[in-house]
Amino acid sequence: MNLKSLSKILLIVSIPVILLLMLSSYAASADDTTDYPVPPPPFSEGIFPCSGCHAGMEANTNRRELSFHEDIKLKHFDGWCFNCHNPGDRDTLRLASGKIISFKESEYLCGQCHGTMFRDWKVGVHGKRTGFWNGKKEYRLCVHCHSPHQPGFKPLKPLPPPIRPEDSKYKTSETIPLNPLDSIKE
Amino acid sequence: MSKKNCNNPSSKSVDRRSFLKGTAFGLASLAIPFGTSDASVWEAFFQKHFREMNDDEIKSVIKRMEKEYADEYKTGFKIKTTGPLPGVKFGYGLDLSRCIGCRRCVYACVKENNQSREPQIHWITVLQFEKGEKWVNVFEEADRYYNPQEVPEEGHFYMPVQCQQCENPPCVKVCPTQATWKERDGIVVVDYNWCIGCRYCMAACPYGARHFNWGKPQIDKKELNPDVHYLGNRPRYKGVVEKCTFCIQRTRENPGRYPACVEICPVGARKFGNLLDPESEIRYCIENKRVFRLKEDLNTSPKFYYFFAI
Repeated sequence: MNLKSLSKILLIVSIPVILLLMLSSYAASADDTTDYPVPPPPFSEGIFPCSGCHAGMEANTNRRELSFHEDIKLKHFDGWCFNCHNPGDRDTLRLASGKIISFKESEYLCGQCHGTMFRDWKVGVHGKRTGFWNGKKEYRLCVHCHSPHQPGFKPLKPLPPPIRPEDSKYKTSETIPLNPLDSIKE
Repeated sequence: MSKKNCNNPSSKSVDRRSFLKGTAFGLASLAIPFGTSDASVWEAFFQKHFREMNDDEIKSVIKRMEKEYADEYKTGFKIKTTGPLPGVKFGYGLDLSRCIGCRRCVYACVKENNQSREPQIHWITVLQFEKGEKWVNVFEEADRYYNPQEVPEEGHFYMPVQCQQCENPPCVKVCPTQATWKERDGIVVVDYNWCIGCRYCMAACPYGARHFNWGKPQIDKKELNPDVHYLGNRPRYKGVVEKCTFCIQRTRENPGRYPACVEICPVGARKFGNLLDPESEIRYCIENKRVFRLKEDLNTSPKFYYFFAI
């Protein structure tokens, strides 16, 4: 085989490889395959992918106190793990219909019971929206504000009340009060 | 006596008309502070009403103002004069079933809109009511100074009040200098250079939404927002009235950002959009939720809709 034909074969082989590489990198960048533009789900650090631990484990379908996930106390409905999590593949969720969905579109899971909320959420009335009022809007998953295991909204410390007129003394000092909003980290 | 004066040739040189003219000019010149009477002061003194200026005049006013602000605040302000977008009328929705009274909106607004920290001015007031109370009857006495460890407090609900951007604004009607008016996109604005500080508008506003600069507004330099609009959040002067403008400096951009209070709200109780767009969030609220407007009986026709999502 001469050098010319070798280079020809190399070229022919390399074209689909390059194409495949391009396709895979495109798929990685266009990761928002979800129906609504949402940021990534708020996993506890280092917990995902679940298959990291669960891959070799047999799914125990018995209801019990969890020994590893002791931080999870279920105060939702009278349900338990596999109402939502997929016993077959712990990196996904499972709807009541048996449909498997990713954690990135968990709104469909919540929407099974909370239909009216889901309806309002889709049009941007339930939940927080940021972005542009006449342009691209950023949605949030239900679980960004409600912990799926204890969905009640946590109370907050209020920022200081306004100064009463009788307590207000106008002073031209150099100590201008700072904005209390800067001191909270959320 | 009069006859004698008429005969006096020296009295003829100053007749009544020129005497009055001279006095007027003399007094007018006294009104201008001589110590600082550089060109800028003259220009500010003779600045026209914002709506009467042409583009060149606005440009030169903005240039002068940016220099004044840079000298005073040591910060480079960019003053926008963006006009209303065509086909837009802004409306606001606030979900009373969600608001927890955390006052994040109050201070996000203070920061975004360069409100005075000392003396303190807040454009948003959050009122606390007891559940089941006939709140309309106790509206004026509602508790705005609540400060528990955590909100929401058991058995209470919260109602933030700010400028309702009335379609029929009583504040505009009473202004003797036309320093405040309603723009085409429905925002009621104030020209701080035209306001004389008579506070008629504050008396006329049924919502307590207008605030007066009793002293020179003081803001820490680190906290100044340099992205400002002429009719909105540019630093104010002592003795002028100010109010919420739906964050005119953010919402009039294209694409327009949400007001700062909408963006900060942790429970997503605040909704904002174009009333003329049937697909907007605010239209969905009005068409599908139980909405009401504050003090509707006064025929002010606010564009601020309170609603209950549940």
